[in-house]
Amino acid sequence: MVGRETGVKTYLTFLWRCFRLSFVGDYRYYAWMFFLTVFILLGVNAYCKQLVQGLATTGMTDQVSWGFFIANFTFLVGMAAAAVMLVIPVYIFRNRELHDLVIFGELFAVAAIVMAMLFVTVDLGRPDRFHHLLLRFNFPVSMLTWDVLVLNGYLLLNLHICGYLVYCAYRKRAPSRLFYIPFVFVAIFWAISIHTVTAFLYSGLGGRPFWNSAVVAPRFLASAFAAGPAFLILTLSVVKRFAGLDVPDKAFLTLRSVVAVALTINMFLLGSEAFTEFYTDSAHVASARYLFLGLHGRSGLVPWIWTAISLNTIALVMLYTPLSRRIGALQVACALLIAGIWIEKGMGMIVPAFVPTPLGEIVEYSPTLNETLVTLGIWAGGLLLYTILVRVTVPVLAGRLTYDQTFAAATGEVTAVGDRSVK
Amino acid sequence: MKEVRIWDGPSARSGPPEPELTRRSFLRTGAAAVGGMAALAAALSPLRELALDQAPSMDQFLQKHYKEMTAAEMEAALDRIRKKVEERYDVRPHLRDIKPMEGVEFVYALNLSRCIGCRKCVHACVAENNQSRSPEIQYIRVIEMPRGTLDVEKGDHHYDRPTVPDAAHFYMPVQCHQCANPPCVKVCPVEATWQEPDGVTVIDYDWCIGCRYCEAACPYWARRFNFAQPKLPKEQLNPNMSYLSNRPREKGVMEKCHFCLHRTREGRMPACVEICPTGARKFGNVLDPKSEVSQILKTKRVFVLKEEVGTLPRFFYYFDERYPNSIDPEALAIAQKLREEEGDRYGQLPGAAGPDRAMIAATQPQWWDGRQA
Repeated sequence: MVGRETGVKTYLTFLWRCFRLSFVGDYRYYAWMFFLTVFILLGVNAYCKQLVQGLATTGMTDQVSWGFFIANFTFLVGMAAAAVMLVIPVYIFRNRELHDLVIFGELFAVAAIVMAMLFVTVDLGRPDRFHHLLLRFNFPVSMLTWDVLVLNGYLLLNLHICGYLVYCAYRKRAPSRLFYIPFVFVAIFWAISIHTVTAFLYSGLGGRPFWNSAVVAPRFLASAFAAGPAFLILTLSVVKRFAGLDVPDKAFLTLRSVVAVALTINMFLLGSEAFTEFYTDSAHVASARYLFLGLHGRSGLVPWIWTAISLNTIALVMLYTPLSRRIGALQVACALLIAGIWIEKGMGMIVPAFVPTPLGEIVEYSPTLNETLVTLGIWAGGLLLYTILVRVTVPVLAGRLTYDQTFAAATGEVTAVGDRSVK
Repeated sequence: MKEVRIWDGPSARSGPPEPELTRRSFLRTGAAAVGGMAALAAALSPLRELALDQAPSMDQFLQKHYKEMTAAEMEAALDRIRKKVEERYDVRPHLRDIKPMEGVEFVYALNLSRCIGCRKCVHACVAENNQSRSPEIQYIRVIEMPRGTLDVEKGDHHYDRPTVPDAAHFYMPVQCHQCANPPCVKVCPVEATWQEPDGVTVIDYDWCIGCRYCEAACPYWARRFNFAQPKLPKEQLNPNMSYLSNRPREKGVMEKCHFCLHRTREGRMPACVEICPTGARKFGNVLDPKSEVSQILKTKRVFVLKEEVGTLPRFFYYFDERYPNSIDPEALAIAQKLREEEGDRYGQLPGAAGPDRAMIAATQPQWWDGRQA
């Protein structure tokens, strides 16, 4: 029956089934998706207001001209790059526990890149002129054009790797190594490059001494390699619990080591930066002083950065003690450090470079409600995308949805479990 | 507690497959779809407020980059802009695309011993260059500096004195330095900003995508962004305009000082030079050895701000060596005369302490909520 169908038709059927599958689940699945959809719609609504009124709906000013959007963009590029922390153990060191889990890292990279790109888009004053990038691309001079290239390239690489493996499982074929192993190795270097290029966006600016430091790129990588695997620990435990994915405890412990080492390096680099700034105590220290101590009575960011440092320190202690061998404590440590690094990279890295301005003026920044709603909307959209990707991937990889089964046969048990057995 | 699997259980439970479509599931799906579409429509509803004259027309959407336009295409673009200006401001503008002159490189020199901090240049610039009045965008920032330092961080941007100059301070106006190695040009992803042969860094307002990377890159805080649709009263429009300088801008694009190129490329002085009551501001062609700026560069001990950032400004400052400890007495006499003629706050229009207060107020939600109503 299937043998006579063309490849294209089978592939389109596969996509259509994936689409249908994303609407199938039990009440908790629907509740979660409904929750995300509410925030997506609030975000769309807020963005429409921004389109009408301009970026005046945000807290940004000529003094602090980048804010929440670019902060989240930076954080998410790091989260996307962090998939490599699963890929390297598996494909280079032949780690067995993580082998079946790599794809969830790569899928998260897809969702994170999509979110990062959305954040850049909503930050544009003229999104209607997006096509100008295609017509006059200031490559290789502008680092932003590098970022456009590496982010899109990374998105395509991960879409290909995940899509190929999932589709092979759907067709019950063994994947041909030639079709994905080379891409996996390219993606390893590519992952490093996306976050390096994003760091170079900032560190290449001589007019912003706070960013103009060689340690920015290593810091970005270290913090990403802590926050990314920490996020994967959280999602894998959710998937394990709710989708019955087999995640061995050793996998969590391997990721725990990765997170602990990366977080240590990140905190070491933060300390090095702080030492250089404060011991030198030159005119360059102004932004760092504003961030850590406050400047001329303005101290809007001081609570943020000390919260971040506290969260990271608690997480670090937890990760190095046997306490976090228990999954519950490990989850708490991961949640703390994700929050800590999100603050450190957003409010602690992007905003202080603008305070004081190059002319010494101090204007503080805090996001408006509208800006926050757009931000939450993008996060909800990314999580929705990731949920769908995982929701489709799990049954396909487990061999429960294949080309030679009817869709009803594949989902019959799902609806059965979803609708009836939960009582 | 028994582990509940929301999605797929690992062991296939054979049950009767659900029929593809029942009446009940059809109604349920239909209701969800209708509800979803209604919610989406509600979410998109602010778009109805999008003013039609702000939305880009097809011609504008397809308009090429400044450097790629043929003469005919430029004429068409100018015509489109003229019509739009006439629609909005009831004035037929004298709009053209003025090319740089051969053998000219513009340079600015500012005598800090003569600046009395009156901010007349700030307001003359706004009037000349059709900046938004609310929120007000200003290209020039005058900093009140304590004596003995050139560290701008020690200066005061918002000085608000009944009379200037204050004896304990000097006044340092800062605007675009038209750098020969401009970081703003380097970082622009779409080449919407570039350096012209006469040394002026310009912006194609119809090409800028509003990413504000240039604003982050500028060490002199010379670039401004239109966070909202610029508001400019009809009677305040300056109809003498050019494509790359002071034609009215749209929201969402960058702008900055362009050395008044619609004046200077036709042999006139920039508005800030013309208005300066003390003659602290000097402007001219550095390639002409007899020009005033060439003489100043040769004979005065000039310096540039933040030389260490290496952007090679075309904007030079100097102190008059005759008056190391005070403002030039001639300038003080002019200040005295202004005080007699115009009152204490000569030149300092209401709210002249800088655009920030208006800008910050403008960026609060109540501002745009109020505007909607």
